[in-house]
Amino acid sequence: MLPTPDTSHVPFSRVYEPSEDSYLLLDTLSAPAETAFLHARFQGHPPLVLEVGTGSGVVIAFVVAQAAHLFGRRDILAAGVDVNPFACRATNDTVRKAQVDHPGTHAPCWLGADVGDLAAPLPPGKVDILLFNPPYVPSEALPSLPPDAAAPSDLAGLAYSLSNLTDRTPSFDGDSYLLALSYAGGRDGMETTSRLVESLPDILSARGCAYILLCAQNKPDDVKARVGRLGPSWRALTVGESGNKAGWEKLQVIRISKDNVRDRRES
Amino acid sequence: MKVISLNFLTCAVKSCKSSGAAFPLHPKDAELVQDDIELNAQMLLNILPRLDWAALRTNATELGFPELPAELPTREALEADEKKLKDLHHLLVETQIMEGKLVCRNCGHEYAIREGIANFLLPSHLV
Repeated sequence: MLPTPDTSHVPFSRVYEPSEDSYLLLDTLSAPAETAFLHARFQGHPPLVLEVGTGSGVVIAFVVAQAAHLFGRRDILAAGVDVNPFACRATNDTVRKAQVDHPGTHAPCWLGADVGDLAAPLPPGKVDILLFNPPYVPSEALPSLPPDAAAPSDLAGLAYSLSNLTDRTPSFDGDSYLLALSYAGGRDGMETTSRLVESLPDILSARGCAYILLCAQNKPDDVKARVGRLGPSWRALTVGESGNKAGWEKLQVIRISKDNVRDRRES
Repeated sequence: MKVISLNFLTCAVKSCKSSGAAFPLHPKDAELVQDDIELNAQMLLNILPRLDWAALRTNATELGFPELPAELPTREALEADEKKLKDLHHLLVETQIMEGKLVCRNCGHEYAIREGIANFLLPSHLV
């Protein structure tokens, strides 16, 4: 098994702590079937990998640190986006540490983590591999997305402005608001994931694919059906699973792609 | 954020996405720091064709770097010119923007960069 990046420096009171869902993404991406898929699909094309909602950065740092294993190449480009500025800072630190810890296999080109909503800061059609461990827990309220809050002068200021949005989301305050952004998914736990899925045709490149984590309450079969409605060439495949088969906490990772680039396993 | 990042960022305003003027964003009042990262020539040569060279050229000039040639030099030309390759490595991989702003030329919105992290969340009137 490939080592998990060090996240001991991350303030877990306000940034999502790596958990079973994060580890399922690591296991899925490094499983032989997926590395074979990724090697074949990006042979001769250094991919741009974007993680949306990086949290501690454990997933994207793993991808950057193990680029040679996952893609057979180290010339990948990687970037992250999170609504929580503390998560962005933590992610940059986690990735840089992981690069130092894996001198022989890491990708040197970490573009950085920025504060934003889903993939909004990226130009259309650029992302080759999108990773998303969404806020997937069903919740009554979806914490409202922070507005830029009058361009505060530093990250702590931005986080403070975010925390002060509590009048709009009375059930959350301060750090717990920042954590709620990382897990509360609204109706069926799908409100944020649905927005991302709908935007995939704009975000992904021609050979692009997306790995999205779902729990059983997200109704994965419905999500796959929705992917099919994006267009005739779109497909979604379950490529990783964990958890108690009967319980709602059962997790899976689906890989969404357009089949204009054939996957040998399926052709 | 590395200078190369500017090649992969645009205005977060939805109506700007289809406008050519929203890419690239333009750095303003940028404070730069230089990291010391070992040059890997093959990796850099593989990544260069991925870039929008015209956008990079614009950003490099805006940041006060010497003007880049109008076209991306060929792989062979760069392999034969270590200084040129080192200069590109320095610009793209080693240079970080730590503070400043990124400006959209379509809508005029300015995104703040703090501690090397840009804030792309929009005020409610732009969402």
